[in-house]
Amino acid sequence: MIKAIVNISLKKGVLDSQGKAVHHALDSLHFEGVDDVRVGKQIVLQLDTKDKEKAKKDVTQMCEDLLANTVIEDYEIKLV
Amino acid sequence: MTKVSIVQFPGTNCEYDTQHAFDGLGASTELVWHKSETIPSDTDLLVIAGGFSYGDYLRSGAIARFSPVMKAVEEYASKGGNILGICNGFQVLTEAGLLPGALKRNEHLHFISKYHNLKVINNDNTFLQNLNHDDIVNIPIAHHDGNYFIDADGLKELEKNDQILLKYTDASGSIKNPNGSVESIAGICNKQKNIFGLMPHPERAMELLLGSDDGVKMLQGFTKK
Repeated sequence: MIKAIVNISLKKGVLDSQGKAVHHALDSLHFEGVDDVRVGKQIVLQLDTKDKEKAKKDVTQMCEDLLANTVIEDYEIKLV
Repeated sequence: MTKVSIVQFPGTNCEYDTQHAFDGLGASTELVWHKSETIPSDTDLLVIAGGFSYGDYLRSGAIARFSPVMKAVEEYASKGGNILGICNGFQVLTEAGLLPGALKRNEHLHFISKYHNLKVINNDNTFLQNLNHDDIVNIPIAHHDGNYFIDADGLKELEKNDQILLKYTDASGSIKNPNGSVESIAGICNKQKNIFGLMPHPERAMELLLGSDDGVKMLQGFTKK
């Protein structure tokens, strides 16, 4: 079994309103030294395979087809 | 008689308003369940109605675009058939790649539900043919993810090909952007001008008694004289 962790976030240059709101809230709580906040989502997949290469290929396809909208989002895949 | 087919996903909730609106304009209407692999062959206009298909899970419209009916929708589109996506329907069409760009969470993160003025930017198309350039219409908006995004190159293409249909404005026609959309864009069409998408709800503006009948002229663009 391979666990795939997919992190999806808005692309650089696409305004992240939620990140901005959270940043603002951190500021008002007096947390200092936060330069930037991005809010994304994480999708965790349990894969029925031991083949890491196949897993990476399959999950990449899942991201391209469904999990991310590549017009506005980037994705990052970690296999554990 | 104009035949309007209206796609229904689990979570669609504007299909009956849409049906009522087109019935009132003298069209014949038919609902098409998302599991159908075909759409009625006499369809003159296919509407993807508003709502929250599949609970808006993952992203608005992201799951609906893989419904069985969408293959038939894509085939209909490729043959030049007229398609109108309203609100969630617009989101489904962008997710399916039938319209460029994407709809993001509203800039101020609120769900917005109110009347909003829109300015007609291009009327050289079936949808807005009964309106004039710069006309102002007052149409309800009701969305959480209506913040239209397209990159700079994509925007140039839209402008070059007269694909921007409507922009959010105030009553005098000055830009007033409720949700952070690029260039205050409320609706667009594809380059071939047979696929239309907008966040506002013209089907909810069909009777003055209910606040506005500005949707009549819009939807009449699709009904035969």
